[in-house]
Amino acid sequence: MRGFTAVFRRELYTFFASPIFYVVGTIFLILSGYFFYNSVAYFSLISFQAAQNPQMGSQVNLNDMVVKPLFDDISIILLLIVPLLTMRLLAEEKKNGTIELLLTYPLRELAVLLGKYLATLLVILILLAVTGVYLIMLAGFGKLEWGPVLTGYTGLILLAAGFVSLGLFASALTQNQIIAAVIAFGALLMFWIIGWIGSVAGPGVGKVVQYLSLLNHLEPFSSGVLDSRDFFYYLTFSVFFIFLTLRYLDTQKIRR
Amino acid sequence: MIEVEQLSKTYGLLPAISDLSFTVNQGEVVGFLGPNGAGKTTTLKILTCFLPPTSGRARINGWDVSEDSLKVRGLVGYLPENVPLYSEMTVDRFLSFAAQAKGVDSRNIKTAVDKVSDDCGLEKVRGRIIGHLSKGFKQRVGLAQALLNNPPVLILDEPTIGLDPTQVVEIRELIRSLGQERTIILSTHILPEVSQVCQKVIIINRGRIVARDSVSSLTAQLQTSRKIRLTVQGPEEEVLQTLTLLPGVLQVERQADGPGRYELKMDKDEDIRADLARSIVEKGWGLLEMVSQELSLEEVFVQLVTEEAGELT
Repeated sequence: MRGFTAVFRRELYTFFASPIFYVVGTIFLILSGYFFYNSVAYFSLISFQAAQNPQMGSQVNLNDMVVKPLFDDISIILLLIVPLLTMRLLAEEKKNGTIELLLTYPLRELAVLLGKYLATLLVILILLAVTGVYLIMLAGFGKLEWGPVLTGYTGLILLAAGFVSLGLFASALTQNQIIAAVIAFGALLMFWIIGWIGSVAGPGVGKVVQYLSLLNHLEPFSSGVLDSRDFFYYLTFSVFFIFLTLRYLDTQKIRR
Repeated sequence: MIEVEQLSKTYGLLPAISDLSFTVNQGEVVGFLGPNGAGKTTTLKILTCFLPPTSGRARINGWDVSEDSLKVRGLVGYLPENVPLYSEMTVDRFLSFAAQAKGVDSRNIKTAVDKVSDDCGLEKVRGRIIGHLSKGFKQRVGLAQALLNNPPVLILDEPTIGLDPTQVVEIRELIRSLGQERTIILSTHILPEVSQVCQKVIIINRGRIVARDSVSSLTAQLQTSRKIRLTVQGPEEEVLQTLTLLPGVLQVERQADGPGRYELKMDKDEDIRADLARSIVEKGWGLLEMVSQELSLEEVFVQLVTEEAGELT
């Protein structure tokens, strides 16, 4: 893939040169740190109670009471911040006209999109990696099972990959970054909560909407279950939106 | 080299260019001339594969812009209108990115960037952020990125717009030197630029080609009369009368830019300069200056564009 590296490196450079990354990163870490602190504080409270009441002891478990809630909380924060990281990907290029450079260089459009997509994903991985510090600290104070931690992170990465692909598509639709962020956020939230109507809709539709829900596929990962169906779901989600972006850029070309 | 056949592009119902055909041979510098909104930029965008044509074909070195887009893009260096650049990057980083994107081998990127920076006079600003540069330097950065990977064809959309006069001269000089080994199409609505830089000119108006020729033959063709400027020392009224009465003179006008200056229009087939000089000297007046004037490209242009407009209405 010629040009992929060029676009990938340029995107990373722009991320680290722009204040958006630092602001979004700081907010992400403050929020996730707050959630982590909250869970740990609650855990220690329960632990004290458990010390007085021996029957409770078997239920007190770091993985269930701190790690799993932390992953759930991080997934919500990702829902809020990923649209802010993806909004400029194509919208800014359209606004500044640099897309004209990019699309007249001898590069395949797919290489351009993948470069942007993976650079954004890498930035999110860096943020996620920092949250790993919390868990390493936690492991110093108590017994932590690493298996569910790894599956949980796998789930978050796949989720983030899905988010970024939809964000990329939203960014292709407009040259206004705010509009791109709003579309991405709205669409992601819709995919997040679409499963809710599953219980009231008919049995057929209910199954479909529950399958579509981003949230439902994250659940197994954070509980430590790896299921190929969930992998497949997130990968399809990403591929679908990258493909859609590619097609959209093509139709734009004709309409311009 | 560049072949365009019956190229048309419509935006919705609005035709931007219709039925454009022309060829540009290897090593030619061609000026693409037209008033605002004539379809210059649209044509250039099609040639650089940014826009697909509605109908017709355009080929560069035999490669079709729609079918072999990647090949064409590899051959063309393009400076878009308004010079879009990644303003948050430094000049060096941006040029390295462009070199990499254009497929310059990673070992040669530094040499390639050094070379275009030198060619475009960017040595002093290479470490600076593009967003902080002056318009003239941005223009040069745009030109430098177009030159990376040494493309045989350069397409420059209004390369000197918004520059100060010294910068304009420098950029034109640069384009002229580049044109010695490359095929260049440059669009502009600044007419002297074309006569200074280009060998050939294509004038378009309302999406159609109205003239396509070398600058000199275009001027010759359209010249219906010849103009002479005179500076004569003598009583003005009398001079005016004498000049008007000379055979072959069509019109005499007194010029406002100085005392004793006149402009004569005469038949282009008859050369009466000798008679003119003699009759002035015989009267005992001083003939201070006599300059024969070519029709300027401005006049050619205005003539062509208004003729075209007249036909349409």
